Amino acid sequence: MADEEHNELKEEVPELAPFDPTKKKKKKKVVIQDIADDSMDKLAEKTESLSVADGVESSFSGLKKKKKKPVETRPLSEEIGEGEEDLDDHDHEDDEAEGASLHQERYPWEKSDRDYQYEELLGRVFNILRENNPELSGDRRRTVMRPPQVLREGTKKTVFANFMDLCKSMHRQPDHVMAFLLAELGTSGSLDGQQRLVVKGRFAPKNFEGILRRYINEYVICLGCKSPDTILSKENRLFFLRCEKCGSGRSVAPIKAGFVARVGRRNAGT
Amino acid sequence: MSEFDNQIPSAYDPFADANAEDSGAGTKEYVHVRIQQRNGRKSLTTVQGLKKEFSYNKILKDLKKEFCCNGTVVQDPELGQVIQLQGDQRKNVSTFLVQAGIVKKENIKIHGF
Repeated sequence: MADEEHNELKEEVPELAPFDPTKKKKKKKVVIQDIADDSMDKLAEKTESLSVADGVESSFSGLKKKKKKPVETRPLSEEIGEGEEDLDDHDHEDDEAEGASLHQERYPWEKSDRDYQYEELLGRVFNILRENNPELSGDRRRTVMRPPQVLREGTKKTVFANFMDLCKSMHRQPDHVMAFLLAELGTSGSLDGQQRLVVKGRFAPKNFEGILRRYINEYVICLGCKSPDTILSKENRLFFLRCEKCGSGRSVAPIKAGFVARVGRRNAGT
Repeated sequence: MSEFDNQIPSAYDPFADANAEDSGAGTKEYVHVRIQQRNGRKSLTTVQGLKKEFSYNKILKDLKKEFCCNGTVVQDPELGQVIQLQGDQRKNVSTFLVQAGIVKKENIKIHGF
């Protein structure tokens, strides 16, 4: 549906161009902003030169202007606060205009009357986003954890040296992390004097890494927004995870060691 | 306006996710496959949570034959019957159970390192 509209709008471009109403509005805006802010002026000029490129975008920006109009009439003192918003808006127009001027060369639907495919338009949006705001587009900041430092103590015990640091960086109680680690490793262990975790049995750093990864997936990462900024709380015997970023919550499974077979020597009595 | 129409997916069930999770996480019937270290480089694999309808002894027999290892069915007071195999058979067990159609792949949880 929207595609069709796009098409129509585009076809109307030649008629619109001579008396482009948006241009006038922009002029007006520049005049007002002249007093307020010089950088704004520059931006406005830029957008002006760019937005001539395509009718679709300029018509959209025209819509935006209509929305924006009440802002312009406000007193100057507020203008400072609004300045940022305005900037953002201009940026948007920039993006659109740029994308439009670029897409005249590089998109497959050029020179044909067919409807746009959803995938094509999606690709276009992401290209534009990636060009202009790389931090917004998809590949989000990865949460980096330091690798676990694992030492051997004697032959039968393993020491997890930076256990506390990792707990702190995940914002989790050491008890909880420890319970999970021990349950997954299927052994017993304890914290020693320097707050390191001593585990019975021989384990490689890789093993710890895998388990920590699973712990983070299950008890740290928010399912909704994938942010590790979460809080684990216990409400009448159930653990709940609440995300600080998006506010979503979920319940998480309690840690269960499950069946532990008896290894080692049995007592003579039993 | 068409812009806004685009943003609202029409056939989206907001509870689909939650329901799926309920059936999966809340009243789940996961099969837990665990490993336990013994002395040296020896280890044990335990399989817990298979459906009660299955004959554990028959499954065990096939597992033993397939992986060439020994094993037993252990009777646990809380968890019921648990299959115990010698050696690290986690991968083997999970592929076997999936292929035999005893458990679905998403219901198997492999624990351990």
